[in-house]
Amino acid sequence: MKKLNLYALIMTVLFVSCSKDDDPAPVNEEEVITTLTVTLTPSDASANIILKTQDLDGDGPNVPVVTVSGNLKAALTYTGTMKFENETETPAENITTEILEEADEHQVFYTKGSGLTMSIASTKNDSKGYPLGTDFSITGLSASSGKLTFTLIHKPKKPNTGLADAGGSTDIQAIFDIVVE
Amino acid sequence: MSNFINLRVGSFIDLKLPTLIFIYFLFSTIIYSQNCNSIFSGFIVDLHDGSSLSGAIIKIDGTDDFVVSDDKGYFKFLGLCPMKYSVTVSHIKCKSKTFSVKLDGNIEKTLKLEHHINELNEVIVLAETNKRSKTIFENKISNEIIENNSSSNLGDILKNISGVSSINTGNSIVKPIINGLHGSRVDILNNEVNIQDQQWGIEHAPSIDINSATNIYVIKGAGALQYSGSAIGGIIIAEPSKTSLKDSLYGKTLVFGASNGKGGSIMSKLTRTYQSGWFSTIQGTFKRFGDFSASDYLMSNTGFIDKSASFRIGLNQYNYGFEFFLSHVNNEIGILRASHASSAGDQIRAIESESILYVDEFTYEIAPPKQKVTHNLAKLKVYKRFKDFGKVTFQYHFQNNQRLEFDIRRGANKNRASTDLKLKTHTLIIDYNSNFSKKVDFKLGLKGEFQNNFPNPETGVKRIIPDYDKYDFGTYFISNLKLNKNWLLEGGIRFDYSKIDALKYYRKSFWNSRNYNKSHSYIIIKELANQVLTNPVRNFNNFSYTIGLSKKINNSNKVLLNYSIASRAPNPSELYSEGLHHSSARIELGNLSFSSEKSHKIGLTLSHKKNNINFTVNPYINSISDFIYMNPTEIQQTVRGSFQVWEYKQTNARIWGIDTDMDYNFSKDILFKNQISFLKGIEKNGDPLINMPPLNIKNEISYKKTEFNDLNVSIQSDYTFKQNNYPNNNFEVFVPTTGRMEVVDVSSTPSAYHLLNFRSSVELKKVDKFNIKIGFRINNLLNKKYKNYQNRMRYYSHDLGRNIVLNLNLNY
Repeated sequence: MKKLNLYALIMTVLFVSCSKDDDPAPVNEEEVITTLTVTLTPSDASANIILKTQDLDGDGPNVPVVTVSGNLKAALTYTGTMKFENETETPAENITTEILEEADEHQVFYTKGSGLTMSIASTKNDSKGYPLGTDFSITGLSASSGKLTFTLIHKPKKPNTGLADAGGSTDIQAIFDIVVE
Repeated sequence: MSNFINLRVGSFIDLKLPTLIFIYFLFSTIIYSQNCNSIFSGFIVDLHDGSSLSGAIIKIDGTDDFVVSDDKGYFKFLGLCPMKYSVTVSHIKCKSKTFSVKLDGNIEKTLKLEHHINELNEVIVLAETNKRSKTIFENKISNEIIENNSSSNLGDILKNISGVSSINTGNSIVKPIINGLHGSRVDILNNEVNIQDQQWGIEHAPSIDINSATNIYVIKGAGALQYSGSAIGGIIIAEPSKTSLKDSLYGKTLVFGASNGKGGSIMSKLTRTYQSGWFSTIQGTFKRFGDFSASDYLMSNTGFIDKSASFRIGLNQYNYGFEFFLSHVNNEIGILRASHASSAGDQIRAIESESILYVDEFTYEIAPPKQKVTHNLAKLKVYKRFKDFGKVTFQYHFQNNQRLEFDIRRGANKNRASTDLKLKTHTLIIDYNSNFSKKVDFKLGLKGEFQNNFPNPETGVKRIIPDYDKYDFGTYFISNLKLNKNWLLEGGIRFDYSKIDALKYYRKSFWNSRNYNKSHSYIIIKELANQVLTNPVRNFNNFSYTIGLSKKINNSNKVLLNYSIASRAPNPSELYSEGLHHSSARIELGNLSFSSEKSHKIGLTLSHKKNNINFTVNPYINSISDFIYMNPTEIQQTVRGSFQVWEYKQTNARIWGIDTDMDYNFSKDILFKNQISFLKGIEKNGDPLINMPPLNIKNEISYKKTEFNDLNVSIQSDYTFKQNNYPNNNFEVFVPTTGRMEVVDVSSTPSAYHLLNFRSSVELKKVDKFNIKIGFRINNLLNKKYKNYQNRMRYYSHDLGRNIVLNLNLNY
């Protein structure tokens, strides 16, 4: 009889404690940046140029969808603004606000591909006067084409001489094919 | 087990020693017939309580002359000359000690021996009664090495053993590698408890404080089937001190300070024993280090805090006894800030940079990225011995492991962990050790285990390891047969059943891209907008076998041969991984259909021990079918840039190598040691396996002078070759700054390096029961700047620079 009790005890410890709980809650990733929208406002009254990259499954197998709404004009200058969003949530979460709040810990770097003639410079600084880069201006355009890359680095070394020595980690990197006519 | 040995040794003394004493006394009185006529006599007593020690051997150094103390601890040498003698006193339960005596006439002295230092451990090893496998060579880290490295971690201290290296994430997260294998292929036992602490990741260090152990053993193979059938790499066994059957109270405190990391540790241990067999031990360790340095720069955010404690209470009688053991390990470890790379582009920038990309002021603060791991363990063991039948042991273990990993995050998530795993394990074990024949020994046992893993969804980050319940049942039978005085045959079999019942969310895009929607749709239990909840259940039935021979050729030569077959069920990471592994900047994918991997290992050990030379040669070959490993398969584009995709795969692999150890005494004072570890690992198609440790050769020369307060000085040369056999896993990504596709060189191995380490120690004059030992060491004496292939941080920084260490060991 005693043996049976011991057996019962063992089984209780082993199996009662493991009755299945409710289904685990799904995780909605809150910090993922799925979408970057760059709005280029020209110096004349013509339509804005929209550069957009969107990857709704984050680090899943689907590749980002990259679109450029039109060509830039050599005769104009542009002011740019950037918007970062997490579209895995509904409504989409605006991550730009968080980046602005933590401007000291972020920086957007611009990289021009060979062949593309333009000057691009940050017009937005962080609290210490170092470039943040979420707003910028494009000048000195001439007819050309090439790649324009925006890289948002989290916790870069500030000040830095550019992307190569900034350290930190990439939050988003978007490469757009730009044509200037 | 401890009690068993305890009593065996006790009875050995009772029965045999009086006879020995008689013989020795007979000799000792007739040995000396010189013109000298002084008498040196005295008593051998326990340093702690002054009780007399019988059966101690008192030997005059440099001669063959010795006497044995009688039951009052009394000894006597006759016919000595008026000069200075050095005598060494050894006792079966004590650390041997040398005294110097100046004779100018008859002299009587009381010599004190430290009775608890070695307790019975040394005896066990000598008597080979407690070996876990009688046909696999067992390496040992002695208590002395542990005490001298009290602020070290398990992975680093085990490198003192040939064939054992480590895989590191920085310098504080160190996982042991045994003969090329690590992680869930190496089982770690802390006081008989098989530690369950998420050993599936390279950046998960074992949760154990080495200070709670007195000796650590390494079995380089799966032959110790009573513990596990899946330890394809080997088993590491940390054992607490054995307690003796006497009324005594003793303790020790180890203080340790180091220049690199500007930190140190303190550890204290107090033990109370009673003649009745009752004992209790309490021990605590605190370690704190700030940022460590490479040879010429600071490695920011590499500090750590480690808080551990253990408590043991029990009754140690011959016929019955019990033990209750509690252990708590808590550590917070900073991860090199410069290593925070989250894309291939970041990796290129780090690899191509001349110097480290991020350096800050020295600090003790630990900021994200960091990890915080807590491991709690409780063990209850009860045993009873039955006459002419054997010993039955019952154990229950409970373990709770919590792992928090903090990444660099934004906004409200800043102080939120991005990984939060809670692993709970209940284990029941019943063992039986036979004792009815002198020729045949056998052990058999049963094990039942239940494990639950809970990944907290509150992190707001997708779970890499899912919720799961795991059920294990194991049973084994091991026997050894003494064929005659010199031959011993050992054989064992073990069966393990395990079932993993998981609840896992898959991203729909992934689920479909893997065609799981066709092959595994039946495991879906819930469908959400872009995720599916699945319930994958896997069952594994594994058999393991071991067979071995031990042959004593003569008093100085011995051969051990062992063949073990072991099977390991895939771990949750290998089955379920899916997504970006932030700390390694790559996407890792598991496979739901994996089968168990199976290893066939043959190990041969030749050992030779004669006069001043002592060597062991241990060649082995390990052939593993369905070996689970990771291989890069493609580049995936995401908004963060390009990532390499690493998939778990199964292949047939082979690892072969040779470990050698040699000690050579040039003279009484000068000892030379050499240690070589060499191995090669290849896949079926001949490609080299990744992360195989390169050839390592250690040479050490040490000088010891007992007369000068046990002065010990040594210099060690540690040479690691370049690993020339590595798979090429490089890949190309588009780099905007150059406008070109660039190769990300994640494969190339660092150059060879040579480190010199200096060590010295003295034992100061003892005041009453106190015994103080002071050690001074310099690791990486020449401040060599080097990178270690086995360190995942090698892309981002060099390894540790010079470290000056001072340690103080107090025994009381």
